[in-house]
Amino acid sequence: MIRRAYGLDQPVIVQFGNWVAKAAVGDFGESYFFKQRVSELIGARLPITLTLGLVGLAIAAVVSIPLGVLAAVRESTAIDRAVQVVALIGQAMPSFWLGLILMIVFGIKLAWLPVSGTGTWQHYVMPGIVLAFSAIPALTRLTRSGMIQALASDYIRTARAKGLSSGSILIKHALRNAAIPVVAIATVQLGFMLGGSIVIETVFALHGVGFLAWESIGKNDFPVVQAVVLVLALIYVGLTLLADMINAVLDPRLRSA
Amino acid sequence: MSAVAEPARLAHRRRLPGGIGRWVGTGLGGVIVGAAVLVALLAPWIVPHDPFAQDLPKRLLPPFWMDGYDGIHVFGTDQLGRDYLSRLIYGARISMLIGVSTVVTSGLIGITLGVVGGYAGGRVDDAVLFAITTRLSIPVVLVALAVVGLFGSSLSLLALTLGLLLWDRFAVVARSTTMQVRQLDYVAAAWCAGCSRVHILLREVLPNIASHLAVVATLEMALAILLEAALSFLGLGVPPPLPSWGLMIAEAKGYMFFTPWVIMIPGVALFVLVFGINLLGDGLRDLLGARADP
Repeated sequence: MIRRAYGLDQPVIVQFGNWVAKAAVGDFGESYFFKQRVSELIGARLPITLTLGLVGLAIAAVVSIPLGVLAAVRESTAIDRAVQVVALIGQAMPSFWLGLILMIVFGIKLAWLPVSGTGTWQHYVMPGIVLAFSAIPALTRLTRSGMIQALASDYIRTARAKGLSSGSILIKHALRNAAIPVVAIATVQLGFMLGGSIVIETVFALHGVGFLAWESIGKNDFPVVQAVVLVLALIYVGLTLLADMINAVLDPRLRSA
Repeated sequence: MSAVAEPARLAHRRRLPGGIGRWVGTGLGGVIVGAAVLVALLAPWIVPHDPFAQDLPKRLLPPFWMDGYDGIHVFGTDQLGRDYLSRLIYGARISMLIGVSTVVTSGLIGITLGVVGGYAGGRVDDAVLFAITTRLSIPVVLVALAVVGLFGSSLSLLALTLGLLLWDRFAVVARSTTMQVRQLDYVAAAWCAGCSRVHILLREVLPNIASHLAVVATLEMALAILLEAALSFLGLGVPPPLPSWGLMIAEAKGYMFFTPWVIMIPGVALFVLVFGINLLGDGLRDLLGARADP
């Protein structure tokens, strides 16, 4: 009975065909555990994951772009070296471990932030920081190398010769050109972050899509797992497309292509 | 000449690969990785205690720098009274095993695809690019979770999954560097001398892109070790009672508010190992003049 109700008596290839046909029109079937439409479940959880991703990306951008610019302006000095070491540390930090440390320090010892759960904006602070940590190294390195390249080019010398202030040169001339690869990677990083948010959502019991996927795997709730994988992959592909479009806006040379 | 007045010239100045700081960093990375390899290889002979032996009366003993250290268990014991140092040493074994096996599997796949695509060009290259793009649209953690959910957790399955997933950077770098090398005279010379394609790829192209691939290998190894720890932490990687560092952190999580060292010790070990691998990779990149970015 149950086998027939879920279509499990059919060959795998037929089951897959049915699933694809329905998924194409947004019907992911019903969750075995929650007894709810999968599309509703994901619709309810997706905003949380997206918020987390955007918070993480915002923190990462605020930290890594100034760091990268600073390192580029002071290239080959102690400051530059220090920024690179910071990037290396960020790369080596296991995110779930950093999350636990933050929980001990800010959640328990200082009691500034809630330890875990979903609800107020405070619940996004620690997960956002942890998520940002994973994106900071790549963004910093890219900003740095982009800025170094931009600062060495002829139009910067022209701008300097015209007597523009160094602030205006840095931001209007150099950063705008250095931003092109940074934006591309930042958008792709947001995709990575959505994948990485599974771990972080689980650590902080933040009830987003990643947490849902983790729960559902534990319960063998495969309609949910399939749908989450598909939705996240689609978002990822969409972000890559978005990166190309933003690049076209920033760099008119790319528009003809 | 001040550095501020002439940033343009400064930027042109080629950084010397032999800078003292760079050598220190590379050396430190080499020492850390070397030590981890030694510890992993010699684990059964250097552990002070059996890493699986439980001793329930001696639960959660503190390590040597804290009050209450008993003089026997250097890093204390875990929640089941198992010696923490011994588990840490066996954990290094699992991390290195996952790291090396992932690099070997993903390297074989990625380098083959990248070199063939970059050398052949045309439709073959299109197919390789399509494979890379497809792979990049798949979230690794999610697939690893789904695989473990389907087949249950085991060390070899995890190693295989990561190896089959993390080949994208190998493919991208191998492809772009092969495209550059293909243009060079010695490849044309080999072709004129009547060498077969396989010979050109293996004897002319591969040795000349090897330095770039070595840097990618360190990056992927670090990534694989972090992913293994994260998955084991979620309970979807290495099954207990194997002492993976990620699993140790997960098992100790319930006690971390009272005895924080139970998550500090494996976490620091993980951090130091990955940091060392990255330092080594950075040093290699500077010394060999390689690049790891696509």
